[in-house]
Amino acid sequence: MKRHTIAVLVNDQPGVLQRVSGLFGRRGFNIESITVGTSEEAGLSRMVIVTTGDDNTLEQVTKQLYKLIDVIKVVDLSANPMVARELALIKVSAEPAVRPEIMGVVETFRAAIVDIGTHTMMVQVVGDTEKIDAMVELMKPYGIRELSRTGVTAMTRGNAK
Amino acid sequence: MVAQNATLRSKEEIKEKLSKPEVITGSEILLRSLVLEDVDCVFGYPGGAVLYIYDAMHGFSDFQHLLTRHEQGAIHAADGYARASGKVGVCIATSGPGATNLVTGIATAYMDSVPLVVITGNVATTLIGTDAFQEADITGITMPITKHSYLVRKAADLPRIIHEAFHIANTGRKGPVLIDIPKDVSAELAMFEPVTEVNIRGYNPTVQPNKLQVDKMIKAIQEAERPIVLAGGGVVYSGGHEELHEFIIKSGIPITTTLLGLGAFPSGEDLWLGMPGMHGTYTANTAIQTSDLLINIGARFDDRVTGKLAGFAPHAKIVHIDIDPAEIGKNVPTDIPIVGDVKTVLQIANKDVKYAAKADAWRAQLLASKLDKPFRYTDSEDELKPQWVIEMLYEESKGEAIVTTDVGQHQMWAAQFYKFNKPRSWVTSGGLGTMGFGFPSAIGAQMANPDRLVISINGDGGIQMCAQELAICAINNIPVKVVIINNQVLGMVRQWQELIYDNRYSHIDLSGSPDFVKLAEAYGVRGFRASNKEEARSAWAEAMNHPGPAVVEFVVRKHENVYPMVTQGSTIDQMLMGDAE
Repeated sequence: MKRHTIAVLVNDQPGVLQRVSGLFGRRGFNIESITVGTSEEAGLSRMVIVTTGDDNTLEQVTKQLYKLIDVIKVVDLSANPMVARELALIKVSAEPAVRPEIMGVVETFRAAIVDIGTHTMMVQVVGDTEKIDAMVELMKPYGIRELSRTGVTAMTRGNAK
Repeated sequence: MVAQNATLRSKEEIKEKLSKPEVITGSEILLRSLVLEDVDCVFGYPGGAVLYIYDAMHGFSDFQHLLTRHEQGAIHAADGYARASGKVGVCIATSGPGATNLVTGIATAYMDSVPLVVITGNVATTLIGTDAFQEADITGITMPITKHSYLVRKAADLPRIIHEAFHIANTGRKGPVLIDIPKDVSAELAMFEPVTEVNIRGYNPTVQPNKLQVDKMIKAIQEAERPIVLAGGGVVYSGGHEELHEFIIKSGIPITTTLLGLGAFPSGEDLWLGMPGMHGTYTANTAIQTSDLLINIGARFDDRVTGKLAGFAPHAKIVHIDIDPAEIGKNVPTDIPIVGDVKTVLQIANKDVKYAAKADAWRAQLLASKLDKPFRYTDSEDELKPQWVIEMLYEESKGEAIVTTDVGQHQMWAAQFYKFNKPRSWVTSGGLGTMGFGFPSAIGAQMANPDRLVISINGDGGIQMCAQELAICAINNIPVKVVIINNQVLGMVRQWQELIYDNRYSHIDLSGSPDFVKLAEAYGVRGFRASNKEEARSAWAEAMNHPGPAVVEFVVRKHENVYPMVTQGSTIDQMLMGDAE
C-alpha cells in the first residue's frame, strides 16, 4: 500500500464532484483527502486526491476516472518530485500564561497566530501533511478545541521530467 | 395508390423539414432531435413532468411511440431494440416513480454495454431540491449505472445534449446515457438548430490499437501450442463478427464465445467449442485451463466465466483486446494488452495473422473432446424436458430466430441448446441477470426486426415480472412468440438449494401462478399449453401458424438441473457433470 497524490482536471459542472467521489466509493478506492478549486483554464477545475493502494489500484483508479466524460486529465503527481501543501487552522486553549510558549512553537514552525480570543488562540499552519501532523501533536497538550484541515493540494516541480 | 399521409413521408423529406432553424419548445426540440438521430421507435409512459413532451407527440408520427404498461417494460424493450439492431434504444418516463422504475433497466444495459438514451422528466427547475411532488434526483440515483447523464437547465442546450448523448451511448464502450428534462425546460421556447458535430474534450475512445501490441499477439500465436480465443459481446457490439471469422479461419485457433458473445461466431464451425464458464461446455472450460495462449476478444473476464480467479487459465499467456482500457488487467493480469475497437484490431491483425502451426495436436484433441462431451441431458418420454423444448424450438426455427431470454435455468438451457450463427440474434441479460427482461426485450427486438421470428424464452417466475406487456403485443399486433418454460418453481434457486444448501428448499414454490393460457387470452393474445412432446410440437406449430403474438407454455419436469455446473469458488475445470455422465 502506497500513498498516491493524483490531480484530476475536470469540467467545472454541477455534479462532477459527486461523479468522482462516487466512483471512488463504489469501486472501493480510498480517499484520504480531496481538494477542489478552479484551475488555470476557465471552465475547468482541478481536484487533488490523496489515495492509498498498490500500483494496480492506482492504475484502476486512473482508468476508471478517465471513463467519466467530465474528466479531462489524470496525473499521478507523486510519480514525480512534487510540492504538496495543506493548510490547517487549530483553535487551541490558551490562557495568557501559556501564550508565549505556544507562540514559541508557532514561530519555530513558521506558522502564524491568526486570531486571539479570551481563552483561545487560532494557529494557522501550512506545509506538507507530516508537518501539520507534527504541529497538531505539539498543540494537543494545550487542548485543541477545534481543528480544520484543507486536505492536500499539490503540483509537480517545475523541473520534474 | 400512393398515400400522401405524414407517416409515409420519406426520412429525407422529414429530416430536411425538421432541420430548418426555428423557435420551438424544448419538447419539440426533443422530438425533432430524436428524428434527426434516426430514431424510429420510442418506448415510453407519460406522466406529469413529461406532459409537454407528450403534448408535442400528439398527432406526431415521424417516429412510433409504444405505450408500455410499466416503465420497466419500456426500458427493457428499448434495450432489446438496441441489442437486436445495433441502434440506440430510446425510452421516456416521467419524473419520480417513472424515472426510478427505469433504474433496473438502466443497470441492465450498463452491465452489458447496451447503447440507450433514457429520457426522464423532472419537476420544474424552480422546484428541484424542494421534495416536490414526484421529484427524484434521477441523475444522482443513476450516476453509478449510466455512462453519462445530463440534467438539462435550458431548452437551448437540448440539441447539443441530445446529439452528444447519442454519440456517447453508441461509441467507445457503449452504454446508457440519461437526459433529465425539467418540466419548465420542456415548455421553454428556444431556437432550434440541428447539431451535427460533437466536441467533448473528455471523451475520446481509443479505436486504433497500438500496432506493436498487435504484432506481439501475432508472434505469440506462432509460438503457441495450445492457443484459444475467448470472444465476448464486444465482437457483436463492434460489428466485428466477420473479421473474427476470418481471424479464426486464418489462424486455426479454437474459439469459445461467452454468453453475450453467442452468435459472434457461427456455432456450426468445427473450431467453435461452445460457451465457457459456470454452465459452459466441458471442452471450452478444460481448453481454457490447459491453454498456453488465451486471446480475449471483447470479453471482460466476468466471474461467471472465470470461476475462481486465482486458478484461471494458469498456464496461459493472456492477450486482452478491449475498447475499454479499464477492463484490461481489472480481473486477470494481462501479458499483451490491446486497447482498441475489436473490429479495427482484427482488421489489422488479419493482414498478418498466420496459421498456428504448432497447435495441430491441440486442435485435434479439442475436436475429439467436443464430439465426446457435448451438452447432454437424459430425455424422458413421460415428462417434458426443458432442454428438449429448446432443441425443438431450435430445429423448428432452423436456428434463424432472434431469441430473447429471462434469467435462470431456461436462460442457460437456451444458451446451451439453441445454436446461433448470426450476431444480434441473442438477447439476454448477462451481467445484471435481470428477471423480467426476457419478454419486454423481445418486443423491442421485434420492433427493430419486423420481418424476423422473435422467440422470447422465459421461466414461470420471470414472465410474471413483466407479463403486463402482453397488452402492447396484442394492441399493436407485435408477433412475438412467448415461450414459458414452466417448472412451477424458481428453478435456478432450487438447483443451488439442492446442490449447495443441502436440499433445503426455501421460498421457491411458484405453484399458484396464473393459468398462463388464460392470462394470455385475457390480454387478447393466443395461448397454448403443452405437457408432452406431441402436444409441444403441435402447440408450437399452432403458435407459428398464428400470425400475431402467442404464448406457449411448456409444462416441464420440476427437478431438472443445468449441467455442467462450476460451483462458486471452484476453478472452471472442476465441473459437476450431473446425469450426463
